[in-house]
Amino acid sequence: MEEVKVLGSWPSPYGYRVQWALELKGVEYEYIDEDLFNKSDMLLKYNPVHKKIPVLVRHGKSIAESAVILEYIEETWPQNPLLPKDPYERAMARFWINFVDNKDKAAPIVTFFIGVGEEHKKATEETKELLKILEEQALGEKKYFGGDEIGMVDLAMGWMAYFGVIEEIVDVKILDAESFPRLHAWIQNFRAHPVIKSNLPDHDKLLVSYTQKRQMFLGSTTT
Amino acid sequence: MEEENKVTLHGTWFSPYAKRVELALKLKGIPFEYVEEDLKNKSPLLLKYNPVYKKVPVLVHNGKPIAESFCIIEYIDETWKNSPQLLPEDPYKRAKVRFWSSFIHQQLYEAMLTVMKAAGEAQGKAIKELLEKLQVLEEGMKDFFPNGTPSISNRNMGILEIMICSLLGPYKLQEEVIGIKIIGPEKTPLIFSWLTAINELPLVKELAPPQDKTVALLKFVRENALKSSSA
Repeated sequence: MEEVKVLGSWPSPYGYRVQWALELKGVEYEYIDEDLFNKSDMLLKYNPVHKKIPVLVRHGKSIAESAVILEYIEETWPQNPLLPKDPYERAMARFWINFVDNKDKAAPIVTFFIGVGEEHKKATEETKELLKILEEQALGEKKYFGGDEIGMVDLAMGWMAYFGVIEEIVDVKILDAESFPRLHAWIQNFRAHPVIKSNLPDHDKLLVSYTQKRQMFLGSTTT
Repeated sequence: MEEENKVTLHGTWFSPYAKRVELALKLKGIPFEYVEEDLKNKSPLLLKYNPVYKKVPVLVHNGKPIAESFCIIEYIDETWKNSPQLLPEDPYKRAKVRFWSSFIHQQLYEAMLTVMKAAGEAQGKAIKELLEKLQVLEEGMKDFFPNGTPSISNRNMGILEIMICSLLGPYKLQEEVIGIKIIGPEKTPLIFSWLTAINELPLVKELAPPQDKTVALLKFVRENALKSSSA
């Protein structure tokens, strides 16, 4: 019995990454959903430094930071590998995971979601530039970021699979088939993958949740 | 054929990120060519090798470029398997090392930069944050050095030592410029003895740039930041 626990918080893509990795490798785990406005003692105990999700707990020992957890999962359960064998290809995979996790690089996406006016226009353009880099340099001609099979980079890009909900709420479409044909195709393939398909957040629930979040942010800046 | 096994590092003398890679290469005894980049006039090669960030360091091996110091160091450890091993063998220990590397890289580095670039009340606030984060690291390192006195040599220096050395190796010079002590045997005994042990290694001394050059640069960065924030 592996006794693996995953602490996440719906619909965080960082939490989903960890779940997807375990599911792809056929590892059993218990999922615990955290209310980030009312963090459990377990979360505070297992991630005292950052008090964030996701956290993986195994044999009573905890690991935090999704990129670190993914590497741990890969090394502990080598079946259905999520990283290439070749060191150079692995370095490239890590580069792209780091790119999308880089908060300076990802900042425009946040502003695209909660920004308004000029700020929002600028963020829209910057998000398009980011997507262009992913389309042309990270994905290229491949089916998945990982090649013929889903890999760690695909899991890190999982947020794109439900980016459409954000576009719906903000009423601005950027990730369309014409502008980003490869990313668009990737999203369809990723969402259709048997393991991912049964582990995606529900569209309608996401719409409600994200709308609430956006209103919360907009509300807090207008007082 | 000349490209085979050739290793080139593009860096700058003051980049802590480039320093990390230099340390890793030297520790493993990997021969390499070093190219000093002028960040105000980046070489066409650098732009070709790192089109996404256009930054140093970039490692080129067998004609293939790798950017981002973390990625480069893991690549080095996987490609040249001789001692020292920069990351431990056990997956859980590797996870801990990666976690703390990330902490030093993101949290500590940013906190130090904020202190460096601030004055007055803002600096006071930034210093408090930096000292808090140093305490978090001090606690975290107890796991790694349960006996309390790190004994560091060329044979056991790993990625955590590389990370802390590149950021806080010159802590005495940084303290001189910001005007406050941040590392010491009373406040941060473990980090203090760890850095002392690391800084004693001939390899680390050899790679450290001249002190006056470093101080001049830190002062320049600080003055520049203070000027533009008060404009």
